[in-house]
Amino acid sequence: MVIGVLGLQGAVREHLEMLMSLGVKTRIIKSAEDLEGLAGLVLPGGESTTMRRLIDRYALLAPLRQKTKTLPMFGTCAGMILLATELEQGAAHLEAIPMKVKRNAFGRQIDSFETMVDIEGIEQAVDAIFIRAPYVERVDQGTRVLAQVAEDIVVVETDMHLACSFHPELTNDTRMHRYFIEKVKQHHAASVIS
Amino acid sequence: MERQQGTDRVKRGMAEMQKGGVIMDVVNAEQAKIAEAAGAVAVMALERVPSDIRRDGGVARMADPTITEAVVNAVSIPVMAKCRIGHIVEARILESMGVDFIDESEVLTPADEEYHLLKSTFTVPFVCGARDLGEAARRIAEGAAMIRTKGEPGTGNVVEAVRHMRKIQAELNQILHTNPDELMTRAKEWGAPYEVLRLIQQEGRLPVVNFAAGGIATPADAALMMHLGADGVFVGSGIFKSEQPEKFAKAIVEAVTYRDDFERIAHLSKGLGTAMKGIDVTSMPFEERMAPRGW
Repeated sequence: MVIGVLGLQGAVREHLEMLMSLGVKTRIIKSAEDLEGLAGLVLPGGESTTMRRLIDRYALLAPLRQKTKTLPMFGTCAGMILLATELEQGAAHLEAIPMKVKRNAFGRQIDSFETMVDIEGIEQAVDAIFIRAPYVERVDQGTRVLAQVAEDIVVVETDMHLACSFHPELTNDTRMHRYFIEKVKQHHAASVIS
Repeated sequence: MERQQGTDRVKRGMAEMQKGGVIMDVVNAEQAKIAEAAGAVAVMALERVPSDIRRDGGVARMADPTITEAVVNAVSIPVMAKCRIGHIVEARILESMGVDFIDESEVLTPADEEYHLLKSTFTVPFVCGARDLGEAARRIAEGAAMIRTKGEPGTGNVVEAVRHMRKIQAELNQILHTNPDELMTRAKEWGAPYEVLRLIQQEGRLPVVNFAAGGIATPADAALMMHLGADGVFVGSGIFKSEQPEKFAKAIVEAVTYRDDFERIAHLSKGLGTAMKGIDVTSMPFEERMAPRGW
Protein backbone atom coordinates (compact mmCIF):
# COMPACT_ATOMS: atom_id res chain seq x y z
CA MET A 1 0.00 0.00 0.00
CA VAL A 2 1.49 3.34 -1.08
CA ILE A 3 0.22 6.66 0.27
CA GLY A 4 1.33 9.78 -1.58
CA VAL A 5 2.02 13.22 -0.18
CA LEU A 6 1.46 16.20 -2.48
CA GLY A 7 4.98 17.60 -2.55
CA LEU A 8 4.67 21.02 -4.13
CA GLN A 9 5.32 23.04 -0.96
CA GLY A 10 4.84 22.93 2.81
CA ALA A 11 5.16 20.29 5.55
CA VAL A 12 5.85 17.40 3.19
CA ARG A 13 8.70 15.73 5.09
CA GLU A 14 6.72 15.60 8.37
CA HIS A 15 3.84 13.72 6.72
CA LEU A 16 6.22 11.32 4.99
CA GLU A 17 8.01 10.58 8.26
CA MET A 18 4.77 10.06 10.14
CA LEU A 19 3.39 7.69 7.50
CA MET A 20 6.66 5.74 7.36
CA SER A 21 6.69 5.43 11.17
CA LEU A 22 3.31 3.71 10.79
CA GLY A 23 4.74 1.20 8.33
CA VAL A 24 3.26 2.70 5.16
CA LYS A 25 5.15 3.09 1.88
CA THR A 26 5.15 6.68 0.66
CA ARG A 27 5.68 8.69 -2.50
CA ILE A 28 6.16 12.42 -3.11
CA ILE A 29 3.65 13.64 -5.70
CA LYS A 30 4.76 16.45 -8.00
CA SER A 31 3.11 15.53 -11.30
CA ALA A 32 0.01 13.77 -12.66
CA GLU A 33 1.98 10.59 -13.49
CA ASP A 34 3.01 10.25 -9.84
CA LEU A 35 -0.66 9.73 -8.90
CA GLU A 36 -0.92 6.29 -10.52
CA GLY A 37 -1.09 3.27 -8.23
CA LEU A 38 -1.69 5.17 -4.99
CA ALA A 39 -3.93 3.87 -2.21
CA GLY A 40 -4.33 7.28 -0.58
CA LEU A 41 -3.10 10.86 -0.82
CA VAL A 42 -2.17 13.40 1.84
CA LEU A 43 -2.52 17.11 1.07
CA PRO A 44 -0.14 18.77 3.55
CA GLY A 45 -0.15 22.10 5.30
CA GLY A 46 1.55 25.01 3.60
CA GLU A 47 0.29 28.04 1.73
CA SER A 48 -2.89 27.07 -0.11
CA THR A 49 -2.56 30.00 -2.54
CA THR A 50 0.95 28.87 -3.51
CA MET A 51 -0.09 25.23 -3.87
CA ARG A 52 -3.01 26.20 -6.10
CA ARG A 53 -0.74 28.28 -8.36
CA LEU A 54 1.58 25.32 -8.78
CA ILE A 55 -1.31 22.87 -9.27
CA ASP A 56 -2.65 25.09 -12.05
CA ARG A 57 0.66 25.75 -13.71
CA TYR A 58 1.52 22.10 -13.92
CA ALA A 59 -1.88 20.86 -15.04
CA LEU A 60 -2.54 18.92 -11.84
CA LEU A 61 -6.01 20.29 -11.18
CA ALA A 62 -7.97 18.06 -13.57
CA PRO A 63 -6.11 14.83 -12.64
CA LEU A 64 -6.47 15.57 -8.90
CA ARG A 65 -10.18 16.36 -9.27
CA GLN A 66 -10.65 13.13 -11.22
CA LYS A 67 -8.81 11.19 -8.49
CA THR A 68 -11.03 12.56 -5.70
CA LYS A 69 -13.72 10.16 -6.99
CA THR A 70 -11.66 7.04 -6.33
CA LEU A 71 -8.67 7.98 -4.17
CA PRO A 72 -9.09 8.68 -0.42
CA MET A 73 -7.49 11.99 0.52
CA PHE A 74 -6.48 13.53 3.85
CA GLY A 75 -6.04 17.31 3.94
CA THR A 76 -4.42 19.15 6.84
CA CYS A 77 -4.84 22.95 7.11
CA ALA A 78 -4.10 24.16 3.57
CA GLY A 79 -5.07 20.63 2.48
CA MET A 80 -8.51 21.13 4.01
CA ILE A 81 -8.89 24.30 1.94
CA LEU A 82 -7.91 22.39 -1.22
CA LEU A 83 -10.57 19.71 -0.55
CA ALA A 84 -13.56 22.02 0.06
CA THR A 85 -16.39 22.41 -2.45
CA GLU A 86 -16.85 26.04 -1.45
CA LEU A 87 -14.63 28.76 0.02
CA GLU A 88 -15.70 31.86 1.86
CA GLN A 89 -13.48 33.80 -0.53
CA GLY A 90 -12.37 32.81 -4.02
CA ALA A 91 -12.95 29.75 -6.18
CA ALA A 92 -12.87 26.19 -4.78
CA HIS A 93 -10.00 23.86 -5.70
CA LEU A 94 -10.53 20.06 -5.68
CA GLU A 95 -14.19 20.13 -4.60
CA ALA A 96 -13.98 16.76 -2.86
CA ILE A 97 -15.66 17.37 0.52
CA PRO A 98 -19.08 19.08 0.54
CA MET A 99 -18.43 21.99 2.88
CA LYS A 100 -17.72 25.70 3.02
CA VAL A 101 -14.31 26.63 4.42
CA LYS A 102 -12.99 29.95 5.67
CA ARG A 103 -9.26 30.65 5.32
CA ASN A 104 -7.22 32.19 8.16
CA ALA A 105 -10.43 31.86 10.14
CA PHE A 106 -8.84 32.15 13.59
CA GLY A 107 -6.92 35.31 12.67
CA ARG A 108 -3.30 36.11 11.85
CA GLN A 109 -0.17 34.29 13.06
CA ILE A 110 -0.21 35.95 16.51
CA ASP A 111 -3.63 34.31 17.02
CA SER A 112 -2.30 30.84 16.14
CA PHE A 113 -2.51 28.37 19.01
CA GLU A 114 -2.19 24.83 20.28
CA THR A 115 -4.78 22.91 22.26
CA MET A 116 -6.20 19.44 22.86
CA VAL A 117 -9.16 18.48 20.66
CA ASP A 118 -11.78 15.76 21.27
CA ILE A 119 -12.43 13.89 18.04
CA GLU A 120 -15.27 11.49 17.38
CA GLY A 121 -13.92 8.00 16.80
CA ILE A 122 -10.60 8.72 18.59
CA GLU A 123 -10.53 7.93 22.28
CA GLN A 124 -8.62 10.65 24.10
CA ALA A 125 -8.14 14.27 23.04
CA VAL A 126 -5.67 14.84 20.19
CA ASP A 127 -2.66 17.18 20.38
CA ALA A 128 -3.49 19.91 17.86
CA ILE A 129 -1.46 22.86 16.50
CA PHE A 130 -3.46 25.50 14.62
CA ILE A 131 -1.39 27.82 12.41
CA ARG A 132 -3.26 30.55 10.55
CA ALA A 133 -5.81 27.80 10.39
CA PRO A 134 -9.05 27.55 8.43
CA TYR A 135 -12.31 26.22 9.84
CA VAL A 136 -15.44 24.80 8.30
CA GLU A 137 -18.30 27.29 8.21
CA ARG A 138 -20.89 24.80 7.02
CA VAL A 139 -21.03 21.11 6.12
CA ASP A 140 -23.27 19.90 3.32
CA GLN A 141 -24.86 16.52 2.66
CA GLY A 142 -22.47 13.60 2.96
CA THR A 143 -20.02 15.36 5.28
CA ARG A 144 -19.81 14.44 8.96
CA VAL A 145 -18.40 16.71 11.67
CA LEU A 146 -15.85 14.90 13.85
CA ALA A 147 -14.56 17.75 15.99
CA GLN A 148 -15.13 21.35 17.00
CA VAL A 149 -13.05 23.90 18.88
CA ALA A 150 -15.55 26.00 20.80
CA GLU A 151 -18.20 26.42 18.07
CA ASP A 152 -15.91 26.06 15.11
CA ILE A 153 -15.74 22.86 13.04
CA VAL A 154 -12.16 21.65 12.69
CA VAL A 155 -12.34 17.97 11.64
CA VAL A 156 -14.68 16.50 9.01
CA GLU A 157 -14.96 13.37 6.93
CA THR A 158 -16.93 11.88 4.08
CA ASP A 159 -17.09 8.16 3.32
CA MET A 160 -13.84 8.58 1.41
CA HIS A 161 -12.00 11.73 2.54
CA LEU A 162 -10.76 13.29 5.78
CA ALA A 163 -9.76 16.88 6.61
CA CYS A 164 -8.59 18.78 9.68
CA SER A 165 -7.77 22.43 10.36
CA PHE A 166 -4.69 21.65 12.43
CA HIS A 167 -1.30 20.02 11.88
CA PRO A 168 -1.04 16.49 13.30
CA GLU A 169 2.21 16.14 11.30
CA LEU A 170 3.92 18.68 13.61
CA THR A 171 3.26 16.58 16.74
CA ASN A 172 4.13 13.08 17.89
CA ASP A 173 0.46 12.16 17.96
CA THR A 174 -0.06 9.66 15.12
CA ARG A 175 -3.75 8.97 15.67
CA MET A 176 -5.13 11.18 12.88
CA HIS A 177 -2.81 9.43 10.42
CA ARG A 178 -3.83 6.01 11.77
CA TYR A 179 -7.46 7.03 11.36
CA PHE A 180 -6.78 7.95 7.73
CA ILE A 181 -4.87 4.73 7.03
CA GLU A 182 -7.88 2.78 8.37
CA LYS A 183 -10.18 4.74 6.04
CA VAL A 184 -7.90 3.93 3.12
CA LYS A 185 -7.93 0.22 3.99
CA GLN A 186 -11.72 0.17 4.39
CA HIS A 187 -12.20 1.98 1.11
CA HIS A 188 -10.09 -0.50 -0.82
CA ALA A 189 -11.63 -3.51 0.94
CA ALA A 190 -15.09 -2.22 0.01
CA SER A 191 -14.15 -1.54 -3.59
CA VAL A 192 -12.75 -5.08 -3.97
CA ILE A 193 -16.07 -6.57 -2.74
CA SER A 194 -18.22 -4.40 -5.01
CA MET B 1 -9.77 23.22 26.43
CA GLU B 2 -7.17 25.90 27.00
CA ARG B 3 -5.57 27.58 23.97
CA GLN B 4 -1.87 28.41 24.15
CA GLN B 5 -0.52 31.08 21.80
CA GLY B 6 3.05 31.96 20.86
CA THR B 7 4.50 28.56 21.86
CA ASP B 8 7.66 27.26 20.20
CA ARG B 9 5.61 24.70 18.28
CA VAL B 10 3.21 27.33 16.98
CA LYS B 11 6.07 29.64 15.94
CA ARG B 12 8.35 26.99 14.45
CA GLY B 13 5.36 25.28 12.83
CA MET B 14 4.50 28.51 11.04
CA ALA B 15 8.00 28.48 9.52
CA GLU B 16 7.63 24.80 8.56
CA MET B 17 4.61 25.73 6.43
CA GLN B 18 6.83 28.03 4.36
CA LYS B 19 9.12 25.18 3.31
CA GLY B 20 9.77 24.70 -0.36
CA GLY B 21 8.61 28.25 -0.94
CA VAL B 22 9.87 31.67 -1.95
CA ILE B 23 9.51 34.77 0.23
CA MET B 24 9.67 37.98 -1.78
CA ASP B 25 10.63 41.55 -0.82
CA VAL B 26 7.93 44.07 -1.74
CA VAL B 27 7.67 47.81 -1.18
CA ASN B 28 3.96 48.37 -1.87
CA ALA B 29 0.57 46.66 -2.19
CA GLU B 30 0.86 46.32 -5.96
CA GLN B 31 4.13 44.39 -5.74
CA ALA B 32 2.67 42.27 -2.94
CA LYS B 33 -0.19 41.24 -5.23
CA ILE B 34 2.22 40.36 -8.04
CA ALA B 35 4.24 38.25 -5.60
CA GLU B 36 1.13 36.46 -4.32
CA ALA B 37 -0.10 35.77 -7.85
CA ALA B 38 3.30 34.37 -8.77
CA GLY B 39 3.06 31.84 -5.93
CA ALA B 40 5.16 33.43 -3.16
CA VAL B 41 4.56 31.74 0.23
CA ALA B 42 4.98 35.09 1.99
CA VAL B 43 6.02 38.66 1.31
CA MET B 44 8.49 40.86 3.17
CA ALA B 45 7.15 44.40 3.43
CA LEU B 46 9.92 46.99 3.14
CA GLU B 47 10.38 50.67 2.46
CA ARG B 48 13.35 50.05 0.19
CA VAL B 49 14.85 46.82 -1.15
CA PRO B 50 18.43 46.11 -0.03
CA SER B 51 20.06 47.31 -3.27
CA ASP B 52 18.37 50.71 -2.84
CA ILE B 53 19.38 50.82 0.82
CA ARG B 54 22.97 50.30 -0.38
CA ARG B 55 22.67 52.99 -3.01
CA ASP B 56 21.02 55.56 -0.74
CA GLY B 57 23.20 55.04 2.31
CA GLY B 58 22.20 56.65 5.64
CA VAL B 59 20.34 54.88 8.43
CA ALA B 60 17.89 52.20 7.32
CA ARG B 61 15.00 51.70 9.75
CA MET B 62 11.74 49.76 10.05
CA ALA B 63 9.41 50.67 7.16
CA ASP B 64 6.76 53.34 7.54
CA PRO B 65 3.75 51.48 9.07
CA THR B 66 1.60 52.80 6.20
CA ILE B 67 3.51 50.56 3.78
CA THR B 68 3.35 47.52 6.05
CA GLU B 69 -0.36 48.05 6.63
CA ALA B 70 -1.08 48.43 2.91
CA VAL B 71 0.73 45.15 2.23
CA VAL B 72 -1.06 43.36 5.10
CA ASN B 73 -4.40 44.45 3.64
CA ALA B 74 -3.50 43.57 0.05
CA VAL B 75 -2.72 39.84 0.34
CA SER B 76 -3.93 36.70 2.14
CA ILE B 77 -0.48 35.06 2.32
CA PRO B 78 1.62 35.81 5.43
CA VAL B 79 3.35 39.19 5.68
CA MET B 80 6.81 39.57 7.17
CA ALA B 81 8.54 42.83 8.06
CA LYS B 82 12.02 43.83 9.17
CA CYS B 83 13.07 45.52 12.38
CA ARG B 84 16.59 46.66 13.27
CA ILE B 85 18.78 44.26 15.25
CA GLY B 86 18.05 44.80 18.95
CA HIS B 87 15.27 47.35 18.38
CA ILE B 88 12.71 46.16 20.91
CA VAL B 89 10.16 48.86 20.12
CA GLU B 90 10.21 48.46 16.33
CA ALA B 91 9.61 44.75 16.94
CA ARG B 92 6.71 45.44 19.32
CA ILE B 93 5.19 47.89 16.82
CA LEU B 94 5.29 45.28 14.06
CA GLU B 95 3.79 42.69 16.40
CA SER B 96 0.98 45.07 17.36
CA MET B 97 0.20 45.63 13.65
CA GLY B 98 -0.47 41.92 13.14
CA VAL B 99 2.62 41.20 11.05
CA ASP B 100 2.93 37.39 10.79
CA PHE B 101 6.73 37.10 11.07
CA ILE B 102 9.48 39.57 11.97
CA ASP B 103 12.94 39.56 10.43
CA GLU B 104 15.49 40.92 12.91
CA SER B 105 17.64 41.98 10.02
CA GLU B 106 21.18 43.09 9.31
CA VAL B 107 19.83 44.74 6.14
CA LEU B 108 18.69 47.59 8.37
CA THR B 109 21.18 49.59 10.41
CA PRO B 110 21.57 47.84 13.78
CA ALA B 111 20.03 49.64 16.75
CA ASP B 112 22.17 47.63 19.15
CA GLU B 113 25.64 46.37 18.34
CA GLU B 114 25.86 44.17 21.41
CA TYR B 115 22.48 42.57 22.07
CA HIS B 116 19.94 40.87 19.84
CA LEU B 117 16.26 40.73 20.77
CA LEU B 118 15.07 38.17 23.30
CA LYS B 119 12.66 36.77 20.76
CA SER B 120 11.17 34.18 23.12
CA THR B 121 9.32 36.98 24.93
CA PHE B 122 7.24 37.78 21.82
CA THR B 123 4.08 36.04 20.54
CA VAL B 124 5.03 36.71 16.92
CA PRO B 125 7.73 34.43 15.44
CA PHE B 126 11.12 35.75 14.28
CA VAL B 127 13.60 34.91 11.55
CA CYS B 128 17.28 35.82 11.96
CA GLY B 129 20.34 35.70 9.74
CA ALA B 130 23.33 33.44 10.40
CA ARG B 131 26.73 32.81 8.79
CA ASP B 132 27.55 29.64 10.69
CA LEU B 133 26.01 27.14 13.08
CA GLY B 134 27.18 28.96 16.20
CA GLU B 135 25.37 32.12 15.13
CA ALA B 136 22.26 30.10 14.16
CA ALA B 137 22.29 28.36 17.55
CA ARG B 138 22.59 31.68 19.43
CA ARG B 139 19.58 33.07 17.59
CA ILE B 140 17.58 29.87 18.17
CA ALA B 141 18.36 30.03 21.89
CA GLU B 142 17.06 33.63 21.91
CA GLY B 143 13.83 32.33 20.39
CA ALA B 144 14.19 32.61 16.60
CA ALA B 145 11.69 30.27 14.90
CA MET B 146 13.46 30.36 11.55
CA ILE B 147 17.03 30.87 10.38
CA ARG B 148 18.23 32.22 7.06
CA THR B 149 21.71 32.67 5.68
CA LYS B 150 22.87 36.26 5.77
CA GLY B 151 24.47 36.15 2.35
CA GLU B 152 25.34 39.64 1.18
CA PRO B 153 22.02 41.41 0.59
CA GLY B 154 21.41 43.75 -2.32
CA THR B 155 24.41 42.56 -4.30
CA GLY B 156 22.75 40.10 -6.68
CA ASN B 157 25.77 37.91 -5.92
CA VAL B 158 25.01 34.49 -4.47
CA VAL B 159 28.55 33.74 -3.31
CA GLU B 160 28.09 34.71 0.34
CA ALA B 161 24.76 32.86 0.68
CA VAL B 162 26.50 29.77 -0.71
CA ARG B 163 29.39 30.20 1.73
CA HIS B 164 27.03 30.53 4.71
CA MET B 165 24.81 27.61 3.67
CA ARG B 166 27.82 25.34 3.06
CA LYS B 167 29.28 26.30 6.42
CA ILE B 168 26.05 25.68 8.34
CA GLN B 169 25.50 22.32 6.62
CA ALA B 170 29.10 21.22 7.19
CA GLU B 171 28.93 22.15 10.87
CA LEU B 172 25.58 20.38 11.22
CA ASN B 173 27.15 17.23 9.82
CA GLN B 174 30.05 17.68 12.19
CA ILE B 175 27.71 17.92 15.18
CA LEU B 176 25.81 14.81 14.08
CA HIS B 177 29.11 12.90 14.14
CA THR B 178 30.51 14.41 17.33
CA ASN B 179 30.81 12.24 20.43
CA PRO B 180 28.44 13.51 23.13
CA ASP B 181 31.43 14.05 25.45
CA GLU B 182 33.01 16.42 22.89
CA LEU B 183 29.91 18.56 22.45
CA MET B 184 30.67 21.06 25.22
CA THR B 185 34.02 21.85 23.61
CA ARG B 186 32.30 22.54 20.27
CA ALA B 187 29.84 24.77 22.15
CA LYS B 188 32.74 26.72 23.62
CA GLU B 189 34.62 27.03 20.32
CA TRP B 190 31.59 28.14 18.31
CA GLY B 191 29.93 30.25 21.00
CA ALA B 192 26.93 27.99 20.52
CA PRO B 193 24.52 27.28 23.39
CA TYR B 194 25.16 23.69 24.50
CA GLU B 195 21.43 22.90 24.78
CA VAL B 196 20.82 23.81 21.15
CA LEU B 197 23.72 21.63 19.97
CA ARG B 198 22.35 18.75 22.05
CA LEU B 199 18.93 19.21 20.53
CA ILE B 200 20.45 19.16 17.04
CA GLN B 201 22.24 15.92 17.88
CA GLN B 202 19.10 14.32 19.29
CA GLU B 203 16.82 15.39 16.44
CA GLY B 204 19.39 14.84 13.69
CA ARG B 205 18.70 18.31 12.27
CA LEU B 206 18.28 21.98 13.14
CA PRO B 207 15.20 22.49 15.34
CA VAL B 208 13.97 25.24 12.98
CA VAL B 209 13.87 25.65 9.19
CA ASN B 210 16.84 27.21 7.43
CA PHE B 211 16.20 29.39 4.39
CA ALA B 212 18.67 30.94 1.96
CA ALA B 213 18.89 34.71 1.62
CA GLY B 214 21.21 37.46 0.49
CA GLY B 215 22.17 37.82 -3.15
CA ILE B 216 19.85 35.32 -4.87
CA ALA B 217 19.26 36.86 -8.30
CA THR B 218 18.12 34.16 -10.77
CA PRO B 219 15.94 31.01 -10.84
CA ALA B 220 19.15 28.98 -11.09
CA ASP B 221 20.52 30.69 -7.95
CA ALA B 222 17.33 29.80 -6.08
CA ALA B 223 17.49 26.15 -7.20
CA LEU B 224 21.19 26.06 -6.29
CA MET B 225 20.42 27.06 -2.72
CA MET B 226 17.82 24.28 -2.50
CA HIS B 227 20.45 21.81 -3.69
CA LEU B 228 22.75 23.00 -0.92
CA GLY B 229 20.12 22.13 1.68
CA ALA B 230 18.01 25.29 2.03
CA ASP B 231 14.39 24.72 3.08
CA GLY B 232 13.28 27.67 0.94
CA VAL B 233 14.56 31.03 -0.28
CA PHE B 234 14.17 34.74 0.29
CA VAL B 235 14.51 36.87 -2.82
CA GLY B 236 15.09 40.53 -2.16
CA SER B 237 16.15 43.01 -4.77
CA GLY B 238 16.26 40.37 -7.54
CA ILE B 239 12.58 40.32 -8.53
CA PHE B 240 11.39 43.89 -8.64
CA LYS B 241 14.74 45.15 -9.94
CA SER B 242 14.48 42.82 -12.93
CA GLU B 243 12.98 43.87 -16.24
CA GLN B 244 9.91 41.60 -16.01
CA PRO B 245 9.03 41.15 -12.33
CA GLU B 246 5.93 38.99 -12.88
CA LYS B 247 7.63 36.49 -15.12
CA PHE B 248 10.75 36.56 -13.00
CA ALA B 249 8.80 35.91 -9.77
CA LYS B 250 6.97 32.92 -11.30
CA ALA B 251 10.20 31.50 -12.66
CA ILE B 252 11.88 31.65 -9.23
CA VAL B 253 8.92 29.90 -7.56
CA GLU B 254 8.94 27.11 -10.14
CA ALA B 255 12.71 26.69 -10.02
CA VAL B 256 12.43 26.08 -6.26
CA THR B 257 9.57 23.57 -6.62
CA TYR B 258 11.20 21.69 -9.50
CA ARG B 259 14.81 22.13 -8.41
CA ASP B 260 15.84 18.74 -9.80
CA ASP B 261 14.22 19.24 -13.20
CA PHE B 262 16.97 21.06 -15.07
CA GLU B 263 15.23 21.05 -18.44
CA ARG B 264 12.33 22.82 -16.82
CA ILE B 265 14.61 25.38 -15.15
CA ALA B 266 16.31 25.97 -18.52
CA HIS B 267 12.91 26.55 -20.10
CA LEU B 268 11.69 28.95 -17.46
CA SER B 269 14.98 30.87 -17.44
CA LYS B 270 14.48 31.83 -21.10
CA GLY B 271 13.81 35.43 -22.01
CA LEU B 272 13.70 36.77 -18.49
CA GLY B 273 15.61 39.86 -19.55
CA THR B 274 18.59 41.14 -17.66
CA ALA B 275 18.86 40.13 -14.03
CA MET B 276 20.03 42.81 -11.61
CA LYS B 277 23.57 43.90 -12.40
CA GLY B 278 25.11 42.84 -9.14
CA ILE B 279 28.24 43.64 -7.20
CA ASP B 280 31.46 41.68 -6.82
CA VAL B 281 31.49 41.11 -3.06
CA THR B 282 35.30 40.74 -2.89
CA SER B 283 35.72 44.30 -4.20
CA MET B 284 33.42 45.75 -1.55
CA PRO B 285 34.94 47.68 1.34
CA PHE B 286 34.37 45.77 4.60
CA GLU B 287 32.30 48.59 6.13
CA GLU B 288 29.80 48.35 3.25
CA ARG B 289 29.05 44.71 3.97
CA MET B 290 25.87 43.87 5.84
CA ALA B 291 26.59 40.26 6.84
CA PRO B 292 29.05 41.17 9.64
CA ARG B 293 26.30 43.16 11.39
CA GLY B 294 25.08 41.26 14.46
CA TRP B 295 27.21 38.48 15.96
